[in-house]
Amino acid sequence: MVSSVGSTTAKLAALEAGDSLAHFVGPLGRPAETGLFGNVACVAIGYGMATIAPLATELKESGNRIFSIVSAPTREELILPERLESVSDRFIMTTSDGSAGATGWVIEPLKELIATEKIDRIITIGSLCMMKLVSSVSRNIKTMVSLNPIMVDGTGMCGACRVSVAGKTKFACVDGPEFDARDVDWDLLMARRCSYPVDVACGDSAYRCMSCAQW
Amino acid sequence: MAELKLNRIEMPKQDPLTRAKNFLEVALGYSGEEALAEASRCIQCPRRSCVSGCPVNVDIPEFIKALREGDMPAAARVLKNKNKLSGICGRVCPQETQCEQTCVLAKRGAPIAIGRLERYVADWASRQEKKEMPQKLPPTGKKVAIVGAGPAGLTCAADLAVAGHEVTIFEALHVPGGVLMYGIPEFRLPKVIVQDEVDYIKALGVELKLDWVVGNTIGVDELLSGGYDAIFLGTGAGLPMFLKLPGENFCGIYSANEFLTRINLMHAGQPGYDTPIPMGSHVAVIGGGNVAMDAARCALRAGADRVSIVYRRTKAEAPARAEEMENAYEEGIDFRGLTNPIRFIANARGWVAAMECIEMELGEVDAKGRRKPIPKPDSNFIMDVDTVVIALGTTPNPLVPSSTPGLSTNPDGTVIIDKEGRTTKRGVWAGGDAATGAATVISAMGAGRTAATSMDNYLNAPGPWPDFPD
Repeated sequence: MVSSVGSTTAKLAALEAGDSLAHFVGPLGRPAETGLFGNVACVAIGYGMATIAPLATELKESGNRIFSIVSAPTREELILPERLESVSDRFIMTTSDGSAGATGWVIEPLKELIATEKIDRIITIGSLCMMKLVSSVSRNIKTMVSLNPIMVDGTGMCGACRVSVAGKTKFACVDGPEFDARDVDWDLLMARRCSYPVDVACGDSAYRCMSCAQW
Repeated sequence: MAELKLNRIEMPKQDPLTRAKNFLEVALGYSGEEALAEASRCIQCPRRSCVSGCPVNVDIPEFIKALREGDMPAAARVLKNKNKLSGICGRVCPQETQCEQTCVLAKRGAPIAIGRLERYVADWASRQEKKEMPQKLPPTGKKVAIVGAGPAGLTCAADLAVAGHEVTIFEALHVPGGVLMYGIPEFRLPKVIVQDEVDYIKALGVELKLDWVVGNTIGVDELLSGGYDAIFLGTGAGLPMFLKLPGENFCGIYSANEFLTRINLMHAGQPGYDTPIPMGSHVAVIGGGNVAMDAARCALRAGADRVSIVYRRTKAEAPARAEEMENAYEEGIDFRGLTNPIRFIANARGWVAAMECIEMELGEVDAKGRRKPIPKPDSNFIMDVDTVVIALGTTPNPLVPSSTPGLSTNPDGTVIIDKEGRTTKRGVWAGGDAATGAATVISAMGAGRTAATSMDNYLNAPGPWPDFPD
């Protein structure tokens, strides 16, 4: 899955079936933590919907109950919702324009879920602003976030992706991408993530997240 | 007896003000006449002390003799026999502390410029249409995996291919060459020379697999069970050290590895590429080694108004090669010795804007024989900077050791090896920076060669594996 938002993804999106890439490397980093946790909330927006689906599938097969919350600006921008829905015990979908599910975003439904169900763990993948907001409402529930700072080589060689976790510098490419949300220095991470002009890192409009001071 | 000529022939260089604005090679190399004149200074002494000063024992008097007699093919053959990467070593070896230091002429005057002559011969050889290839031994049917296409891995691969083994190199990046590609800048080592040497190794029949991150994409145990009879780990020292100071993660602060990779592989200093480094008006490079000099000179070429080397000792203690420091100062790099940063200060958007520093003074001589820098009380001051490059050195990348059961490391992360390069894991060798910590290209090549000899013996007649004390 490629979401065309910046110059590299635009080049990828312009490829035709049968074209090839000169170089591709992966998987990198450490696998996400799996196991039997109980009731797991999977919160994702944007490309995070594609990323979280295999993890939710694995967690479902491990015996967890899966509560999924997803959102996108419009129905067309929801990525493979049926795939996540098929492994979810409850599937909550919202769009900004109301074209699919309720009108809204992921934070209100998550607050409601936490208030009504005993949630044992939250897993969230999407924009930094969204993951930061999720971790601010998750209170004492263990919350795992998947960090995507700017990376260069992906093998621990350069330190471009360094994040401050529990006061220590970690490299997201080799130590991550999954970290405990409570330990992450969000302000530092967001400043580093947004250190390039909008059009290079984020495209000019697609991922302007709400409530983010950067914008 | 002929009179000794005590002064060496200087090598022409690009003018400092011109070269500070381009990425072309700084040192231009000898002409034929200059090379002959320099070679004629060699007295062909019987002591051959230069050979013992070379980590791979190149037969230096012999190649100089052949060069002097005008037999360039013979000169090239003598060089390549011990050093497959002579075009690289002629440029980046610290000859002044190796072969040239032990030259007998150094006692009376300037030693023979062995590095410059090596470069001249290697460059001549690379311009020839028909490359001389060594005679390969018949195929042994044994398979070898080399992890990392840097100087250690390339040398080890070449030797084992010549010995008749089937060799595959696994390289994490999209280009082979390791630090020769991502680290050392174009103006000191043109990339076409590195790729020439890589082509030579491919012509020996070595297979090169790029984009394979051993430890992630495939494990060492998978390689061993997947049909490889022996493995060499030449994974280098890729993990950058940071200062662990407050504010070190602000935007605009880079490790030298990131900064140089962005310049060398991602063309950050050139127009027309998508991944620029916003180069500020004052770039500070922290450190006093060759990498610090490289980063500072790259920053200048990439458009910085002012570049300062910030080092806690003085010029005299800086570990960078004297020649490269001199090149840097000629180009206008400012040297702030006896200065150490203590914290970084950011602007409202999280970009570094200044650095609080403290002045240092030199105290007692430490265990390594250098005078220890100590902070001067109440000497704090603020230095305005908008880009900072941290060039403090690197340690071995933990990816392979941490994913390989049975492979032991020292507390500093270096892989434990014996004198043949054997690790604590049967069938696995290591060498170069991965086993020694950050060192030189030539010592990595020497380690690749040592391991190749041991591996060849093992492949031809697998014997017992040494025990390592706990």
